[in-house]
Amino acid sequence: MATKPELPVNDPQLDPTTGEFRVIAPGYTFKSVTDVISRIVLTPHTPMGWFAGFMLAGTFVLLLMTAVTWLFLKGVGIWGLDIPVGWGFAIINFVWWIGIGHAGTLISAILLLFKQQWRNSINRFAEAMTIFAVICAGMFPLIHVGRPWVGYWLFPYPNTMNVWPQFRSPLLWDVFAVSTYATISVVFWYIGMIPDFGTMRDRAKSRFPQYAYGILSLGWRGSVRHWMRYETASLLLAGLATPLVLSVHTVISFDFAVAILPGWHTTIFPPYFVAGAIYSGFAMVITLAIPIRKFYHLEGLITIRHIDNMGKVMLATGLIVAYGYSMEVFMAWYSASHWEYFMMWNRIFGPMGWSYWVLITCNIALPQLLWLRSTRVSPGRMFVMSLIVNTGMWFERFVIVVTSLYRDFLPSSWGTYRATRWDYATFTGTLGLFTALFFLFVRFLPMIPMSEIRMMLPQAKVTEPEAMEAGD
Amino acid sequence: MPVREGIYGLLAEFDTPTELVVAAKTAYDSGWRRLDCYTPYPVEEAAEAIGFHRNYVPLICLVGGLMGLAAMFLMETWVSVLAYPLNVAGRPLFSWPAFVIPAYEWTILWAGLSAAFGMLAMCGLPTLYHPLFNAPNFRNGATVDKFFLCLEANDPKFEAVESRTFLEGFGPVSVVEVEY
Repeated sequence: MATKPELPVNDPQLDPTTGEFRVIAPGYTFKSVTDVISRIVLTPHTPMGWFAGFMLAGTFVLLLMTAVTWLFLKGVGIWGLDIPVGWGFAIINFVWWIGIGHAGTLISAILLLFKQQWRNSINRFAEAMTIFAVICAGMFPLIHVGRPWVGYWLFPYPNTMNVWPQFRSPLLWDVFAVSTYATISVVFWYIGMIPDFGTMRDRAKSRFPQYAYGILSLGWRGSVRHWMRYETASLLLAGLATPLVLSVHTVISFDFAVAILPGWHTTIFPPYFVAGAIYSGFAMVITLAIPIRKFYHLEGLITIRHIDNMGKVMLATGLIVAYGYSMEVFMAWYSASHWEYFMMWNRIFGPMGWSYWVLITCNIALPQLLWLRSTRVSPGRMFVMSLIVNTGMWFERFVIVVTSLYRDFLPSSWGTYRATRWDYATFTGTLGLFTALFFLFVRFLPMIPMSEIRMMLPQAKVTEPEAMEAGD
Repeated sequence: MPVREGIYGLLAEFDTPTELVVAAKTAYDSGWRRLDCYTPYPVEEAAEAIGFHRNYVPLICLVGGLMGLAAMFLMETWVSVLAYPLNVAGRPLFSWPAFVIPAYEWTILWAGLSAAFGMLAMCGLPTLYHPLFNAPNFRNGATVDKFFLCLEANDPKFEAVESRTFLEGFGPVSVVEVEY
């Protein structure tokens, strides 16, 4: 039903046998795919739009540096943290960013294991998005510790103070989960790029790119023996990244769920955090993919099919998240706990209840439009939808952190939360850092995996009978 | 160590993966063992054709993962039980369920790093020099759209003239001699 073609039947973007949008527009050859992708990087002419965007993002990076410098000079008191709301923007942004990163791993690992070939066009930059999002995420706990220059105390190492970390604390589990996630993501991303670096080395015309990509390619020459080991390693990394990505957001949800506090102490957190992470991550992939395919004319490689599929994933994960919200409300009533009941009532109708309604509107109500095929196949509408969902997901974390804390057990300890300008500066600064890193990525690295796209072309298949006969 | 001067091998260039697989399979079946195919994307059939059926990356990955598991779990136990015992309301010091989570993360970390670096090590990468890059047509096509079969000179069957005739029988685009 969802795939019923509404466009003319002779539309070249539609596959006549299935009526689905093609994953790649027809007519590509090995060479044209390589040209289209490598030209973006190897051209000596950087588009003006790139400079404009990079400068804008760079401005926000400067804002971030200012905010962080001031923080290091003055301490976390410049933020809106107070008692009872002792966790504010820093943890909200941490969870939000790391959640965004998760879709990259989902696309590159889980969809690889499920042999979803359509993922090939978007997996490289989704993976890049993961790494940049983890960089932004990892910054928040580090600058939040108060004395970031001794941040290495988080790791267990023999020291003259003779103290060791507490391995029973979810905050320490976070250290290992996030550092493992960052490392494995970088390794997976780099391993995936090695064959493409080989292509870039061979296609580069000037000396410096030849050296640079030559070194990065590690001497890749495409031997089938190497390819087979490479494919095994990719599959293994995908198989490892899949439980990893689930565990990372689970551990992050433990930061809340292990605390004995109404609104946090719930077993539904791990699955609903993971679904929410994938939800927001796919939204971010769409936010990035739609302008990029337009700007670099990659509509033939990142097709409507990709946007349509991502819309479906968003709809599915959005419904899981909606189930999570409704379960929270249900459990607040069913638990018969006075504190749980009050927390939920206050979350929905209290002085900060507006944030809950923003969350419901952005994460549940508006995304129902994704049921409509006309929404999913329209890049413009999907772009707006992706921004709405990411706003909603940010508010989800805001609701979890702030509305569980600001009405403490005793009315005498009730407080409120107001973010300061430094909170906003740090948050928008990380948005700038993320965008700036992404601009560098699209300029200097092949953003679509060429070798994987080649593999998807019809001429890539070995025609069996001939090859089989040969040996006999 | 192979001789580092003279001919490395004969390199035949093909336009399609099927031609390459046919040539590779015939060569392997007629006794060639020192040969390799070079393709711009993984061609499983070509690997099968030259008798490369399995690799040891999964084993390295498994061993690495188990080492990570053991390393973290033992460290946690040592730290929490022996080196820095913290009595929190009389709870047991050896609280292994809590130790599982970092141990799980390190299993993945070590397994992943072992798979990645093990794969590179088994491929002999990084390597800064390889004689094949001396072939003029190799760099134009091997990583873009051409398929190569290389019969290496250290195979006992290698004869500069006869091997060339053998390769030309498959109708390649070209056959070139690759020097060290």
